[in-house]
Amino acid sequence: MIMQLTVFLENSEGRLADLCRTLANANVNMSALTIAETSEYGLVRIICDNVFHAVDVLEEAGFRATKTKVLAVELPDRPGALAEMLEALDSTKVNIEYGYCFQSNGDTAIDVLKINPADRDAAEKAISGAGFKLLHWDDIVS
Amino acid sequence: MPHDQLEAIQLEGIKKTVINCYENVPFYHDLFDQAGFDPYAVETLDDIRKAPFTTKQDLRDNYPFGFFAVPKNEVREIHMSSGTTGVATVAGYTDHDLDIWGDCFARGIWYADGGSDDVAQICYGYGLFTGGLGAHYGCEKAGCMTIPISAGNTERQIRVLREMGSTILCCTPSYAMYIADTALAMGLDPKKDFHLRAGIHGAEAFSDNFRADLEQKLGYKVLDVYGLTETMGPGVAIECMEQNGLHLAEDHFYAEIINPETGEVLPDGEWGELVLTTIDREATPVVRYRTRDITRIIPGECACGRTHRRIDRLHGRTDDMLIIRGVNVFPSQIEDVMKTFPQVASWYQIELTRKNHLDVVTLKAEVNPDFDFDQISSIERLQRDIQSAMKTALSVGIKVKLVEPKTIARSEGKAKRVIDLRGDDK
Repeated sequence: MIMQLTVFLENSEGRLADLCRTLANANVNMSALTIAETSEYGLVRIICDNVFHAVDVLEEAGFRATKTKVLAVELPDRPGALAEMLEALDSTKVNIEYGYCFQSNGDTAIDVLKINPADRDAAEKAISGAGFKLLHWDDIVS
Repeated sequence: MPHDQLEAIQLEGIKKTVINCYENVPFYHDLFDQAGFDPYAVETLDDIRKAPFTTKQDLRDNYPFGFFAVPKNEVREIHMSSGTTGVATVAGYTDHDLDIWGDCFARGIWYADGGSDDVAQICYGYGLFTGGLGAHYGCEKAGCMTIPISAGNTERQIRVLREMGSTILCCTPSYAMYIADTALAMGLDPKKDFHLRAGIHGAEAFSDNFRADLEQKLGYKVLDVYGLTETMGPGVAIECMEQNGLHLAEDHFYAEIINPETGEVLPDGEWGELVLTTIDREATPVVRYRTRDITRIIPGECACGRTHRRIDRLHGRTDDMLIIRGVNVFPSQIEDVMKTFPQVASWYQIELTRKNHLDVVTLKAEVNPDFDFDQISSIERLQRDIQSAMKTALSVGIKVKLVEPKTIARSEGKAKRVIDLRGDDK
């Protein structure tokens, strides 16, 4: 399990740049950033180091930011790896609320999954039972 | 009728009203006793000034039937107006009350020389709101062919206006403008394609410019109508074709203008709060009801020759009540709803704007840090829940917009919960 940084942004000009600048000035390093958007606002989800510090800095600067617990699975960088992992998860009937992937180095990719807290244990068992490595947040913060 | 004869009728009616209230409404029995007001000692119209006032809160405190002066089996209909804390105020009507209501509203049609040759299209909402049925009884009473189409579905309204040749339009002024603009946008010329002669428009304030614009677009004459559920509904006062003040139905309502601070009665011509006493209401008579509406009695006689005195067009309220799409809304109602949403409770603001002449209500709310906003679905659920709670409490649909922290202006002292950007027109 790792900590993701989630930021609520209104759809207005320059807000995303402001957010990134604020994190940069706080010396926060990002590994991944994705945006889920509606016509009026967006949710920016970030994997970065120093999440606790990042939340404090952002709130201080007037952003609405929070920490979210998500699962991070290390996958071999080859066709079919994600499908195998998801099939293992599928057998538990656990529902994935959202997910995304990013590459950490040449050999492996990291898949991030948001799972309902009540189902997290079952999901973790299924994933590690299928031979995939679950990351702890220390693994990402470097 | 000469005004002194009218005053004799008023005096007889008021004597009956105060005695009826004292003997049949426990609230008034206690109120009069506490105030030392003797309902049997009213000898002149000025004696009514000794009676205590009735407020909206009194009506609310006696929900639902505390103000009924007749047994329930004599009541034919009830209407309700929204209350500040979820408790509505209730008005009851006997057969006689419904009859005078129809008569009062019909006066607007008679002022416009209307009658059985007219086709009246009523697009006030039907239901507990007094607009729809009040106009309906009036149009029937005047002998019009009455179309109870109710509010909404503007294209159908336009089709009916064209195909049935409606001559009288009853609705809120903003909705009339919306119909006019929609018809123009459809490429119609309402002056040729419609057959309107008069519009009886009320439940919200409108300016002279707005009226001129509306009359120019629809090629008809706009008459302002005033009323409130607590005394009856629309028809308490209506403009005649002179368009210079609204003739009070003085044979059914006794009006005073008071200083809202001191309660002192003001002379004709001075602006103050309108206070009404019903003269011949049976089910729910009221004595010196404080309407909170600001107006004045226009001195002198009307050029039309009618002797019923006129009130001026309303100049706002003495409380913070808002009128949104014709519906009465108090900011405290909004606060009560928001208290049930801890996710956003701290900072929120209602913004009222006007789009295409219709009121648009947007609630802006800052999400609290402890609200789990990580998923779009949870944000959308929150928006939907607030929207539906507001709709239930206020009877008005609103748009909910969640915003970033500190985007709602902080003010010193009491938070400014409502920003009214509707302006006069447009």
